[in-house]
Amino acid sequence: MTVIQKKSDNPIAHLTREDIEQIGVELDAIRQEVIDSRGASDAAYIRRVIKTQRSVELGSRAVLLFSAFPPAWVLGTAGLSLSKILDNMEIGHNILHGQWDWMRDPKIHSTTWDWDHATPAEQWKRSHNELHHTYTNVIGKDNDLGYGIMRVDEDQPWVPRYLIQPVWNFLNACLFEYGIAAYDLELGMVLRRKDTKNPVFRANLKKVRHKIRKQATKDYLVHPLLSLPTGSFVSTLLANATANVVRNLWAHSVIMCGHFPEGVETFEKRSIEGETKGDWYVRQMLGSANISGTKLMHIMTGNLSHQIEHHLFPDLPSNRYGEIAPKVQALFEKYDLNYCARPLVPQVYSAWHRVVRLSLPNDWLDSTTPRNVPEQLTKLYKMVTGTARERRAIQASLTRAARARRAAADEVLAA
Amino acid sequence: MTSLRSRVRQVAEAATTPLVPADFLDLFAPLRAGADLRGRIEQVRAETKDAATLVIRPGADWVGHVPGQYVRIGIDVDGVRQWRAYSLTHGPRADRRISITVKAVPDGLVSHHLVHGTHPGTLVHLEQAAGEFVLPPGGGRFLFVTAGSGITPVIGMLRNLFPATDEGVLRPIRTARHDVVVVHVAPTRPDSIFIRDLEALERAGAISLVPRYDDVHGVLDVEELPALVPDLAERRTFACGPAGLLDALQEFHDAKGLELFTEQFRTARVEPGEGGTVSFTDGRNVVADGSTPILDAAEDAGVLMPSGCRMGICYGCVLPMTAGSVRDLRNGEITTAVPGESGAIKIQTCIHAAAGACHLDHA
Repeated sequence: MTVIQKKSDNPIAHLTREDIEQIGVELDAIRQEVIDSRGASDAAYIRRVIKTQRSVELGSRAVLLFSAFPPAWVLGTAGLSLSKILDNMEIGHNILHGQWDWMRDPKIHSTTWDWDHATPAEQWKRSHNELHHTYTNVIGKDNDLGYGIMRVDEDQPWVPRYLIQPVWNFLNACLFEYGIAAYDLELGMVLRRKDTKNPVFRANLKKVRHKIRKQATKDYLVHPLLSLPTGSFVSTLLANATANVVRNLWAHSVIMCGHFPEGVETFEKRSIEGETKGDWYVRQMLGSANISGTKLMHIMTGNLSHQIEHHLFPDLPSNRYGEIAPKVQALFEKYDLNYCARPLVPQVYSAWHRVVRLSLPNDWLDSTTPRNVPEQLTKLYKMVTGTARERRAIQASLTRAARARRAAADEVLAA
Repeated sequence: MTSLRSRVRQVAEAATTPLVPADFLDLFAPLRAGADLRGRIEQVRAETKDAATLVIRPGADWVGHVPGQYVRIGIDVDGVRQWRAYSLTHGPRADRRISITVKAVPDGLVSHHLVHGTHPGTLVHLEQAAGEFVLPPGGGRFLFVTAGSGITPVIGMLRNLFPATDEGVLRPIRTARHDVVVVHVAPTRPDSIFIRDLEALERAGAISLVPRYDDVHGVLDVEELPALVPDLAERRTFACGPAGLLDALQEFHDAKGLELFTEQFRTARVEPGEGGTVSFTDGRNVVADGSTPILDAAEDAGVLMPSGCRMGICYGCVLPMTAGSVRDLRNGEITTAVPGESGAIKIQTCIHAAAGACHLDHA
């Protein structure tokens, strides 16, 4: 993928200024319809989900008091995983977006909510709600793109360390909540700039450490100790760790599907100067991808399966995204834009494929055939061990080879 | 014992973080001792075509009330939490239930919901009873002037003084030194909440009732009071009703040097306008026009404001508005905070402009 502005077939080139502003008007109208009909049934929905989550958590923790008994371990771990996923996705993420502020319930409010997660709500709201949602998919502005540790775009020069980015990505998936906490702290940048003495950073770090300590005490000390009378200390500890990892893997997969699959566009920093609301809407439309699936899938993803709708209207109640999705999709069709939606497995595959493809030099995968694997590996080895100059030379040969292959494929098609 | 209990609480808190143990206990026992004060509506009984009495079982921490006091009730209407004050219309009851009587007023979002849209079983939020509109101990000679639903605190006092039983109205010994006249004003007799109770009290000789129906007697002029209640000067007056009547009474009593106690619930409303003065907790005032976001206007005036995306999506700029109105610049929607009713409403300052004077809880 390349930033949209540099693409030979720029997918928004056909839109006039009037088109873009009209898209804004039509999306505003869709938003208003939901606002006008928001009411008691929506409030009942979020309270029902919260009640379900709390009941499942309570039940699972109770069952895990006997986790030395294997069926109890399985049942309790599954329940706790489910509860943590609901807490983070459909409940926490959406409440912290202010989706339920309109209820004026002081307990279900973006300014008072906290979630079962390593990062404090306050810090997450800034990096996620403000930075990611405002600067969605703008290279150099939106740190969600690769979380600052991955190569996410062909235009980023390839260097050998990117080879292990699939490993990084997997580790990040397992430890996702800590990855997010580090990301909200902008830990990478702080370390690079050797700015660890910065008072703001230190204050934030203290809050993160406090939050992590409380979370870890709960899962790895208090509940195991409560299970001690049945000889279930270790098994409960393992159950809680498993539930945390399951939640992390699930959240990571869903979130990767939101902006990483093939077909999602990225944008240049320059392109958002003087951006209108219509431009912003178009960027959100093309910078997000949906997961198609059942109602259960939507709830388990916190309705981030409706990532496009969520990015257009981050503060509409999540239970309403499904209902507006057909209208939004119709708008995409009307203006001949690509509504990127696939079922979960293809979407996760697509996102991972992109991580792997970009971990390799540009055109390396495209120029590799079953017959030339040894030569390609030699080239890769030389690119890893060689100087920058040698790397450039080999890169040029890869690009030529890939172009030739594409041309040959086109000829076959034409014939 | 205390240290054991606090230990248990610490463990429970450590086991439930980031929630608190109460979040789980609320699933099963929302009315338990130690919970936020709530009540469950047990009965909704029509009084007139547009008034109903709600019998509520309050949570275990309800400390009781004195007749004449009111209770603030928080109820979700169309999913939005609203708070209103209502007089308690029964004296303290043996079954620990409390009751309020609500008249659906025109455009009354909450009163309409309570009268016509509330079902037994609904949980409401409560505050402890409050209010100074109570009878002094020891009896005396009293005049009650009530208009419309202004009867509600008074009926609470009267029912407590003179309990109604199957044998009729009782006159307990403790009320021997109470001499009560009620001037009750209403548009018509059928529109009068509790009129049957008042008439029963009158028949039992407990009170003297002076009904004043607009359709029969014409609209009451306070100057008529001495004619209606000849010993007016010897009585302490308790009045509850609309602002116009209370103001007139205040003037009348002040002129004659008479004692007057009043209670009023409907707060005066200000119609939203275009632009206005935004005041802050530290006393600063910022004049903002109707098309500039409060965030921009305040920053231009040198107020340090929390901010984020500046386009209404991130909720990084929300501040509590305790009073006044603002307009959403995206769709023109007005949000109004009324002290004592809505509570502080957290508004996004980046997409709201002042719609009249408003106060933000921010220094």
